[in-house]
Amino acid sequence: MKHLTKLMAVSALALGFAAPATAQDDPLQVGFVYVGSIGDLGWTHEHNEARLALEEEFGDGVETTYVENVPEGADAERVLTQMALSGADLIFTTSFGYMDPTNAVAERFPNVMFEHATGYRRDYPNVSTYSARFYEGRAVMGHIAGQMTESNIVGYIASYPIPEVIRGINSAYLHAREVNPDVEFRIVWAYTWFDPAVEADAAQALIDQGADVIMQHTDSTAPMTVMREAGAIGFGQASDMGQFAPEPRVSAIIDNWAPYYIARAQAVMDGTWESTDTWDGIGPGMVGIGEMTDAIPEEVRASAQALVDAIASGEYHPFTGPINYQDGSQWLAEGEVADDGTLLGMDFYVEGISGDVPN
Amino acid sequence: MLRLEKRPSPSRGWTIATPVLAVVLTMIAGGLMFAALGKNPVEAIRIIFWDPLFNMQFASYARPQILVKAGPLILIAIGLSLGFRAGVWNIGAEGQYIMGALAGAAFGLAFYPSESPLIFPGMIIAGALAGWAWAMIPAILKTRFRTNEILVSLLLVYVAEKLLASAATGLLRNPEGRGFPGSRQLNRIESMNNPELIANTGMHWGVVVAFIAVIMAYVLLNKHLLGYQIKLAGQAPRAARFAGVKPNRLIMLCLGTSGALAGLAGLFEVTGPAGQISIDFNVGYGFTAIIVAFLGRLHPVGILLAGLLMALTYIGGELAQLMLQIPAPAIQAFQGMLLFFLLAVDVLTNYRIRIKTEGVA
Repeated sequence: MKHLTKLMAVSALALGFAAPATAQDDPLQVGFVYVGSIGDLGWTHEHNEARLALEEEFGDGVETTYVENVPEGADAERVLTQMALSGADLIFTTSFGYMDPTNAVAERFPNVMFEHATGYRRDYPNVSTYSARFYEGRAVMGHIAGQMTESNIVGYIASYPIPEVIRGINSAYLHAREVNPDVEFRIVWAYTWFDPAVEADAAQALIDQGADVIMQHTDSTAPMTVMREAGAIGFGQASDMGQFAPEPRVSAIIDNWAPYYIARAQAVMDGTWESTDTWDGIGPGMVGIGEMTDAIPEEVRASAQALVDAIASGEYHPFTGPINYQDGSQWLAEGEVADDGTLLGMDFYVEGISGDVPN
Repeated sequence: MLRLEKRPSPSRGWTIATPVLAVVLTMIAGGLMFAALGKNPVEAIRIIFWDPLFNMQFASYARPQILVKAGPLILIAIGLSLGFRAGVWNIGAEGQYIMGALAGAAFGLAFYPSESPLIFPGMIIAGALAGWAWAMIPAILKTRFRTNEILVSLLLVYVAEKLLASAATGLLRNPEGRGFPGSRQLNRIESMNNPELIANTGMHWGVVVAFIAVIMAYVLLNKHLLGYQIKLAGQAPRAARFAGVKPNRLIMLCLGTSGALAGLAGLFEVTGPAGQISIDFNVGYGFTAIIVAFLGRLHPVGILLAGLLMALTYIGGELAQLMLQIPAPAIQAFQGMLLFFLLAVDVLTNYRIRIKTEGVA
């Protein structure tokens, strides 16, 4: 017993004094703040994948760290401050709710660069914002969904009634209706980004209403499990969710942050970093389309791929008129393309979607 | 053979020693867990318990933050402890916390952009009343219909969360927020701000009120007839009835007080550190406060210390994530161990261990 205690004490001391190995030429310190767990297989998972890609790219040139499950609000401000105090040079805050904390901490640490995902406030010269044009991916999923549904009912698990989500519903609906004029969308508001139980219930409710294709704007794979049992199909959200391929997952919208993170870290190293607002889509690769499986008929795959290519090249914009408001009045005239300002604040449904945006 | 023998009365020495023992056991078991995760256990424990207080790089910022984090925990836990002592189980402080924040914020925003100095006091009253009212639902259901207050108060948390989501995306949404969820920034509006009272101390009105609550609860429990009745009702319900305690009145009082204090905590949080009503405004203070209440032995001074300790593990836990990449769930498990060991060693307060030779037993 005495022996063991001594052994433990010695090994504890040895461990305690083993200083972490530090690289010689001061690597760039990059911090990430995550709203979820890196194991969520959705939103946070993809941000973490991009963090790993960043490490891969620069090797010893960067050191990354992250804190996960950080609630939005006061806790985020504290985590950000501690991260800045610990010597981070560049910090990515990866949830909309970190907007105010990011700007508040940026004010106090003018030499630390902040990158806030999905927000719009850049109050200080050391804050940038970035987001992805997920609605481009939604257009492709809508295009597939419209042709795959036999009941003509497409279910949609929505998270919160915010512009990002409403934009996705509109984009998906417009492109589903384009290929299938009889299609109907049934929308369930889950009021969560990640809650497997709630998401599974929502999927079941949609299936009970006759939906045979389900789209989700929530991050867990729980709806996939329900779809598999019911024989419905759906699409991976945020990450590929390839473990559910070829069915129920027939394709996916993938968030690919790696190119952006690498470019921004490079900019800090080069001293060329400046405050920017980035909103990239399929073209620059920030939005990826997961492999379309054999469950989709070949001609649908081909036309979906054509749509992907047209969006990527900038030849086609998913919100191109004529598009009417829900009440039938005109929003976009023939050939008119929606401006980013309207898209960013989108709080209305387009014509053909029934029900109201919850308020 | 080890045998447990019931003590005639709880040991005073162990009452004080068990929380300390629980912390030590948590450090050992947590250290083993960190080691199993491939992290240096000594360094992890040092980062969690020592660095926020004494590491020069972080301490000047982290120390005040401990108060900010402990404030709502202590305030809520004090309220809960009164009920817990009387055998009234309010598990829904989280909901009362949300309702206090919602009602307070709604009151303030209704007068926006008025600069009247009466707005903040009005918000405080609205917050306390809303928390009280939300707790009155399980109280009335229990006294009238004998429903179980544990279930009712807990389920009302989910109702409150839905109301919060609805308010953040609808009624209280910032009209200048481009359609994004979340209210105006209350802590940027002079008349609704709950500021740091002394710079770099973390001291805001919520912390002040938490300290006052500790003192009031101490006086109540030790010097006041009501405090005696609360303790008696918990320890000997039948005797309490003979002593003239009216159980229904006590239930209303305990739930009402804990609800009001939770509502206040929510109000001070939304006007101060959190700053706005948002969908995810609540972060579990109402539930963590239950741990704090028990960790503090339901004693006001104990709760004060337990709240500070819990806040320390939060802030140190974040540092450990940051510095050592210890996953967040491991930190939560570490905090969970604290309650687990406390309850486990609690047995020593009420029982003594006797070693007997085989055969005798």
